[in-house]
Amino acid sequence: MSAAAPERTTARAGDLLDVDRALGDEERLIAETVRRFVGEHVLPEIEGWYERGVFPRELVPELGRLGVLGMHLTGHGCAGASAVGYGVACRELEAADSGLRSFVSVQGSLAMFPIWRYGSEEQKRRWLPGMAAGELVGCFGLTEPDSGSDPASMRTSARRDGRDWVLNGRKMWITNGGLADVAVVWARTDDGVRGFLVPRGTPGFTTRDIHRKMSMRASVTSELVLDDVRLPEDAVLPGVVGMRGPLSCLDEARFGIVWGVVGAARTCFETALSYARTREQFGRPIAGFQLTQQKLVDMAVELNKAALLAHHLGQLKDAGALTPEQISFGKLNNVREALRIARTARTVLGANGISSEYPVMRHANNLESVLTYEGTNEVHTLVLGHALTGLRAFQ
Amino acid sequence: MNIVVLVKQVPDTNSERRLTDSDHTLDRASADVVLDEINERAVEEALRLQEAHGGEVTVVTMGPDSATDALRKALSMGADKAVHLSDAALHGSDAVQTARALAKVIGTVEGVDLVLAGNEATDGRMGAVPAMVAEVLGLPALTHARKVEVDGSTVRVERETDEGVAFVEAALPALVSVGEKINEPRYPSFKGIMAAKKKPVTTLGLADAGIDAAEVGLANAATTVVEAAPKPPRSGGQKVEDAGDGGVRIAEFLAAQKLI
Repeated sequence: MSAAAPERTTARAGDLLDVDRALGDEERLIAETVRRFVGEHVLPEIEGWYERGVFPRELVPELGRLGVLGMHLTGHGCAGASAVGYGVACRELEAADSGLRSFVSVQGSLAMFPIWRYGSEEQKRRWLPGMAAGELVGCFGLTEPDSGSDPASMRTSARRDGRDWVLNGRKMWITNGGLADVAVVWARTDDGVRGFLVPRGTPGFTTRDIHRKMSMRASVTSELVLDDVRLPEDAVLPGVVGMRGPLSCLDEARFGIVWGVVGAARTCFETALSYARTREQFGRPIAGFQLTQQKLVDMAVELNKAALLAHHLGQLKDAGALTPEQISFGKLNNVREALRIARTARTVLGANGISSEYPVMRHANNLESVLTYEGTNEVHTLVLGHALTGLRAFQ
Repeated sequence: MNIVVLVKQVPDTNSERRLTDSDHTLDRASADVVLDEINERAVEEALRLQEAHGGEVTVVTMGPDSATDALRKALSMGADKAVHLSDAALHGSDAVQTARALAKVIGTVEGVDLVLAGNEATDGRMGAVPAMVAEVLGLPALTHARKVEVDGSTVRVERETDEGVAFVEAALPALVSVGEKINEPRYPSFKGIMAAKKKPVTTLGLADAGIDAAEVGLANAATTVVEAAPKPPRSGGQKVEDAGDGGVRIAEFLAAQKLI
């Protein structure tokens, strides 16, 4: 290599466009640190956790010490990193497993963010430092058994009784539900939808974990049951009324998904590339066959485009200019392409592709959940359809 | 207690490392460069001593502009400030020149009680610089430490060698070089990473550090690499036919290699 060799590239096999060149020094160090953390603490164990259906609870305080939890928030023990910094952390976490990134997304963007943005000083003091440190876990209750893409149809209600609030209803598909020390529960009130902080152990509040999952097996997914749950007046988030509250949280979390799935796709691509170069059929590596090269190139091109898109949205977010439609664009494209890359990688690995000796099938299965949660592919398509035509296909 | 940690940016041991063809110095452009792992342990030890005894931790490096990244990593782990000696004239300096230059830089830091270093960098593997720095500064050198304790104005070290462990101590100020077993370095926390960009990094040229250009650099070095050859590829090894005594012969082989 000549003396004019580029400095400071993170030369990885699939990074054809050197996308990471755009990272700042802090972001590069964040990416490196998370990559090393998952290499030491997650990758050696993840297949076992996944097969047994176990979330590594013991890693939560470690994630707290690292500073991942609520890292894009400021004050109250949060690191105050840039949006791009948060993005690369999500990417490196999901390169290991979507369940791990989901934990971090829910903790930071769906549970800590509403407290940080809409909570009272007292609520922030009570919850945020412990959640940033990983001593306390949060979850976010919006989806219900009969209310998914149409969250405004929720049945969970909160009514006034004297100065207290009384909550009734059920929430479904709640990541971290069974682990949570506090649930951010969205409920209808006479004034509109409001957010409530429901501590674990409040009488009438129970959780049931959903065990029969073929996806996100190293992640806790639960049902929340609220049966005449009596909460004091100060349990409500004072800063927001209406669907704007929960939807703004989802925009935060979706931003993390746009980055995270690039990590999952990268792992699948790198696995397929290395497999194709060493696997021999007809006396030579299958990477030399034209059909396999087509697959590898298609995967690499989409991977690089997805990475560029994530960087672009990160820069917009850091500039305070990111719109919900742009987040829909990112979630729609990057999850769809990540899932395609995972499935294509599976075919490159042949029968080995279905084995848990390789991470590909696990990522493909996880991405099926990511395709649906936080706004389905269909809903994000129609959000963009509305942005283009001015005509609403739903609502 | 004020501590200076000597750190070095080296080619990642996972990447292909080579010397340049022109002057047989390290080819930094062709490899990913990182903060040497043993230096992470030295920084970790400094931070633990600081947590117990207070004071300030200063990281010092000599190297090209890119070595700032190594300093930033150490600052992200929790060091307070950094000094970077960077000058084109330093290119190709040997161990003696490096030790003299580092001693000058350490002299710019006030009230140093302890100098910490790794016992050997993964690139040159001279393993001589820490003791040389101590010699130039007139400090006691306690090398190859696997444990470091400070009690008042005394530093006690467990010094590990192939022959055994020596328990040594010296009065501060002193220099200690640490080995692999000293500790497990912490991850830089994200708060640490964000805080690092606000920490002071002083960049010194030769004149700033009071170093005479005639005393450093490849042309003035006492030692020069005149020729370099890559390691020969591994040969087939030694084959032992088992005639009923296979186990014994394997044990004898391992014992001869000092592996058991």
